[in-house]
Amino acid sequence: MPIFASLVCGFLFGCGLTVSGMIQPVKVLGFLDVFGIRSGAWDPSLAVVMAAGLTVTSIGYALVRRRSPLFEKESLWPTKKDIDQSLIFGALLFGVGWGLVGLCPGPAVTNLATLSLPVIIFVIAMALGMLAHDLMLARAAVRSA
Amino acid sequence: MANFTPVSAAIGGALIGFSAVLLMLFTGRIAGISGIFDGLINQQTSDRSWRAAFVAGLIAAPVTAMLVGYTVPMPRLPGSFITIVVGGLLVGFGARLGSGCTSGHGICGIARLSPRSIAATSVFTVAAMVVVALSRHVFGG
Repeated sequence: MPIFASLVCGFLFGCGLTVSGMIQPVKVLGFLDVFGIRSGAWDPSLAVVMAAGLTVTSIGYALVRRRSPLFEKESLWPTKKDIDQSLIFGALLFGVGWGLVGLCPGPAVTNLATLSLPVIIFVIAMALGMLAHDLMLARAAVRSA
Repeated sequence: MANFTPVSAAIGGALIGFSAVLLMLFTGRIAGISGIFDGLINQQTSDRSWRAAFVAGLIAAPVTAMLVGYTVPMPRLPGSFITIVVGGLLVGFGARLGSGCTSGHGICGIARLSPRSIAATSVFTVAAMVVVALSRHVFGG
């Protein structure tokens, strides 16, 4: 059941990205290009996606907050509280990459469906970036042990 | 604002939110795509099956859209091969170092009013805006 539920959730998420046009880097970059505000070419669609997504998620999370999940033993709500260097530096690197190409992980993975070669290359590079980070973390753990 | 599509953006955003809430209700997990994807490719994780199912669902969405006759445009990526590789590496590494991406921090985190997610989303959005401004209007000409 948890596997089927995850499949359905992934499908809904992918539908949201497809319907909203957020799987198109052009639309994302059209939002990120703030010079467009003055020239009239700005595309605020991404802000509307975020606003609608946040409205549904905040109401929904408030409703399910105290419940145990239906198909797993416990909910894994994030517990970290402190705004540390890793968070800020990581977000900075992420933002630079996002601005360069107009793809973030959700739209990149969803776009694999189009079999676009540039997207496949992007996803491979993204996976290598993630593995490089995990390797770095594992090395640091060995050193401090 | 000729390219603005508020109605499809609102419907799509609501679907994304609905997916995040259902994933929490059903499995108690955060719908952060970078975390889900990293757990799928990392050799250390033991819970790969739900992650694989979620990713399969993501990819199935545009496929289904195409099958029912909806046009899914081929994505057009700006920049050269090098830009795409560098962008991918930065997005992957940065998402892990910063504990999340547009979905995990931007939607799930801000919905919980997490100060970490609000900070991360502000930083990556401003950084991306600066990069777009520089690449399109300063160096791009």
